[in-house]
Amino acid sequence: MERISTAAALDESIAKYSKAFEDKLSGKGGKRAVLICGGTGCIANGSDDLVKEFERLIKENGLNARVTCNHVGCFGFCSQGPFVKIFPEDTLYRKVTLKDVKRIVEEDLIGGNIVEDLLYVDPVTHEKVARQDDINFYKKQKRISLHGCSLINPDFLEEALGYDGFKALKKVLTEMKPEDVIAEVTKSGLRGRGGAGFPTGKKWSFAAAVKSDKKYIVCNGDEGDPGAFMDRSILEGNPFEVIEGMMIAGYAYGADEGYFYVRAEYPIAVERLKRAIADMKEVGLLGKNILGTGFNFDVHIREGAGAFVCGEETALLNSIEGKRGMPRPRPPFPAIKGLWGKPTCVNNVETLAQVPYIIRVGAEEYAKVGTQGSKGTKVFALGGKINNVGLVEVPMGTTLRTLIYDIGGGIPNGKKFKAIQTGGPSGGCLTEEDLDTPIDYDTLVARGSMMGSGGAIVMDEDNCMVDVALFYMDFICSESCGKCTPCRIGTKRLHEMLQTIVNGTATEKTLEDMKALASVTQKGSLCALGQTAANPILSTMGKFPEEYEAHVKEKRCPAHVCKKLTRYHIVPELCKKCSLCARNCPVQCISGVPGKEPYHIDQSKCIKCGACMAGCRFHAIVKE
Amino acid sequence: MAEKINVKIEGRIYEVDASLTVLEACRSVGYRIPTLCYWNHGHNSLASCRVCLVEIKSSRGSRLYASCVYPVKEVPAEKGFEILISSPMAVEARKTSVELLLSNHSKECQTCVKNGQCELLHVASITGAEDRKYIGQMTPTSKDELAPGIVRDSSKCILCGRCIERCKEATGIGILGFENRGFKTVVSPIAGRSFAKVPCIQCGQCIEVCPTGALSEKREINKIDEAKKAGKFLVVQTAPAVRAAISEEFGKKIGEENGEGKMVAALHRLGFDRVFDVNFGADLTIAEESQELINRIVKKTAPLPQITSCSPGWVNYMEFFYEDLIPHVSTCKSPHEMQGAITKTYFAEKHGLKPENIYVVSIMPCTAKKGEKERPENQAIKGIPDVDCVLTTRELALLIKRSGILWDSLPEEKFDDDLLGEYTGAGAIFGASGGVMEAALRTAYHTLTGKEHEPVDFREVRGQAGVKTAEVDLGVGKFKVAVASGMKNAKPLLDEVRAGTSPYAFIEIMGCPGGCINGGGQPFVKPSLLDRESPDILDTYREKRAAILYSIDERKAIRQSHNNPDVIRLYDDYLGSYGSEKAEEILHTSYRLNRERYPK
Repeated sequence: MERISTAAALDESIAKYSKAFEDKLSGKGGKRAVLICGGTGCIANGSDDLVKEFERLIKENGLNARVTCNHVGCFGFCSQGPFVKIFPEDTLYRKVTLKDVKRIVEEDLIGGNIVEDLLYVDPVTHEKVARQDDINFYKKQKRISLHGCSLINPDFLEEALGYDGFKALKKVLTEMKPEDVIAEVTKSGLRGRGGAGFPTGKKWSFAAAVKSDKKYIVCNGDEGDPGAFMDRSILEGNPFEVIEGMMIAGYAYGADEGYFYVRAEYPIAVERLKRAIADMKEVGLLGKNILGTGFNFDVHIREGAGAFVCGEETALLNSIEGKRGMPRPRPPFPAIKGLWGKPTCVNNVETLAQVPYIIRVGAEEYAKVGTQGSKGTKVFALGGKINNVGLVEVPMGTTLRTLIYDIGGGIPNGKKFKAIQTGGPSGGCLTEEDLDTPIDYDTLVARGSMMGSGGAIVMDEDNCMVDVALFYMDFICSESCGKCTPCRIGTKRLHEMLQTIVNGTATEKTLEDMKALASVTQKGSLCALGQTAANPILSTMGKFPEEYEAHVKEKRCPAHVCKKLTRYHIVPELCKKCSLCARNCPVQCISGVPGKEPYHIDQSKCIKCGACMAGCRFHAIVKE
Repeated sequence: MAEKINVKIEGRIYEVDASLTVLEACRSVGYRIPTLCYWNHGHNSLASCRVCLVEIKSSRGSRLYASCVYPVKEVPAEKGFEILISSPMAVEARKTSVELLLSNHSKECQTCVKNGQCELLHVASITGAEDRKYIGQMTPTSKDELAPGIVRDSSKCILCGRCIERCKEATGIGILGFENRGFKTVVSPIAGRSFAKVPCIQCGQCIEVCPTGALSEKREINKIDEAKKAGKFLVVQTAPAVRAAISEEFGKKIGEENGEGKMVAALHRLGFDRVFDVNFGADLTIAEESQELINRIVKKTAPLPQITSCSPGWVNYMEFFYEDLIPHVSTCKSPHEMQGAITKTYFAEKHGLKPENIYVVSIMPCTAKKGEKERPENQAIKGIPDVDCVLTTRELALLIKRSGILWDSLPEEKFDDDLLGEYTGAGAIFGASGGVMEAALRTAYHTLTGKEHEPVDFREVRGQAGVKTAEVDLGVGKFKVAVASGMKNAKPLLDEVRAGTSPYAFIEIMGCPGGCINGGGQPFVKPSLLDRESPDILDTYREKRAAILYSIDERKAIRQSHNNPDVIRLYDDYLGSYGSEKAEEILHTSYRLNRERYPK
């Protein structure tokens, strides 16, 4: 690619590649483009092979001249992947397998007909939907952070340049003073997307105010919440956008070196990021005197070894410095004294991804989206008991109801919604009565949860909330860095107390003690991990006290999840005496006489594996 | 003048130094907030134990902060902040932190080496922690007794991290660190290895800061009982620095008492056949080491600078990390090894004793000496160690307490005047950083000029700075000398020597910061357990101990090693001249090449 060493050269390149990109997707001259999802989820389902197969068949059928094919970033609708999208028609094929490729090539690319059975079927109307924009899952989304994801080929700088890439960088370097950039971002109302929601412009202004020979910027891509993959998808889908955001931040407060801290479990994100950085260095968009403006910027990648606590900014800085990932006391805050003692802003991937958009459209336009205190959009990883599992980006202020029912398609199997856990293991659960609350940083906190990084796990009536709390405490216990007492030992003791509850050995005093210890852990821990570690307990205790009481007082698990408190029982009236359950039982605790006597479970031997119930064709076995 | 700030503590406004932390500010106005991880000035900034939590109230509500790291600047009274130490919220939090620590702590308090000196028990008592409030699983732990000087018992570790920071600060090596994650976290050498399987120099600085019994010296008291049972001739010899601190174990304030006389009286009562002073060995070391220096300067027998070899911590460090400097290191054995060697040769011959029947016990401020005595290089007679047993100052105190001797009732007695009894002021100051240098310079000056240096002192090498340098006139020319204590401080000097750019002729190196008075075997200085000491005792205790040694020197009639009559007689009767073949054989040692840092 040509070197881009001046603003004029960048303009030229942008014009050239924008046209090429538009031509590619608009169908000019009868051209068609096949975009295949190259996110981690779809690759795991074989989308790499789909690309190869398309390439082979396109060549075989002599379509090279008019059909292009390449992978793109995540489509977000992960439960329906792998996706193949055909332009200019915007036809979206889902759950495409290797054998479907031939049909798409022959019927659609050659024949011009949509392959009907590969289309998405709306679970409510049961109608087939051909165009992506017509699918409910996408209708209410607004893509800012995910800009270009599932459209551009993340391996090519040309594609990024062809789709708004680096327009914002050029604007700040040629038209804006650093303080203007901070003012603009402050005015936009952008808040940190990592969880706490600290105003980004304010953070930058702290670092800007410190005089130092060296400043750093760190992009936090150590996404550790169970079930969350927002940052991964952004980095995989459009790494250039995040690098651009980082450079703009660097320019704003005077940092000339940036670090990406990305989990090593995200190999594809790391690979694409590496390539993006190398390509940008090659053309001169990274390095010395960028665009001839005198602005220098260099970027490095550090791969995290998978410790949850390294998402905490000071632990992350320690980790970059080669030390054990343990949090440092604050103050001093990193913006004052961060990486190697120099002023450093740690910004989340998603935060930086919003920055180029803010600069491109202006703070005022940006601030039109969102609520009073939370502007712009937020990406959520929607998971759990929900029909449309995937990644969604919605304007701040969208209600939980919209998120769960309109976008998420509701709860599978007609089950009843019980709660949604936001903020991952640090967050809390929201219930039925919170469904019409507009989601933003402040409303979530007011309702006893938090935004967190954007994990959203939906739970239905079959989930036991004590069990949910136990799951998160289990996670926290093993992910605590071990530094401070309340987090290291306190979470362990809380975990043990929860275990007595699910095992039926707890007393009412256990509940009191647990609440008291949870409160000290919350107030007395060193970092946010410990301070929020007890949230799942406090939140479920607050919203579902009756479930805890049922476990403790009645020794009963209302959702029939906690094994020790659940019994499998064969209803004699329904039992057809077929003996299947007895044959399925791994511990031979079911007895009866085939064809004569109804079967019976010996509770003293039952290990509660559920094999009998799963196998019974007559629904004669129930949990109680 | 330091910047001042007004803070409100428990309803009262105080003016305090603005650079302090909340804990220090409270201390400066008369509150002692309990803590376990905080250590002097909190520059280690751990904030891990959460025992120092205080409530800070403002218009935004109340929050708990670790007072040991929270800057008082953040909570000025003008902005409506108030620090609450005894609010229910703060009291409950501190109590809970301690209860949680106790729930994961070994319950063997009665037999613990720190019984009576445990900071965890202290905070448990003052925070009102309830017994067995939390009961549950314990972190899997291990006990490491493989190393010669230091024992680590992780069942007593509370993960405060003080030892980790102290090791980094004192040695620059960083032997200890956190291992594993979450509840399984332990403090240990890398990969759970033993101290014996990592390049630990056994200085014992980690023991000095450990609030509990997780780190301790390897005790050898029982060996003395065994030797007595075997009918051995028991010779005890005490290091210079021991007398500067032993009284602290018996309730005396730091620097208050020179414990020499009472210590000797106690040792007499403990049944030792001879009670000697390693100060004699120190004089002997100076005789040999100054001769070695002169040989290097005049005869160019070996390269300059010459580096001292008294500190076994430093010798370990040198063998692990700077073996290429072996030609620079004096081959002199350390003073107690020299004296042990002389006891088993010269003294034995004079008294018609069999060397194998003599049992030499050294009382040392040091844990590394325990390993030093086991080196095969330190055997003047093959197969017989020069020294058989090394007790730390703390172990001696225990030995005295065990025998029922009341310290305050003891008379002052003198060391035995039997061939090895006399010592000079030069020997006495060995215990402080710069002491060996000063003693050596006094004698080297005399050897080179035939005159005594006037005044006697070389004051420029005294004091508590990590590195001290001076230019001294030895009559035949001016020489640059350097003194470093603590391996981290010594490292730059060693790198210069390695690079061939060292401007010095003679370098004294001690393993522990401040020298032997601050050795890893010395009585603990734990401000929270020493109510009678001033709050800044950690800044001043080393000088106070050193002052005792310098006052001994000043009061001595003979202040140069070469004027020690017993040393003169030893050379006349037995060794011949300084550096003679016989002296080489008995008083000198060698060092190991290729010492493995991580043996299997």
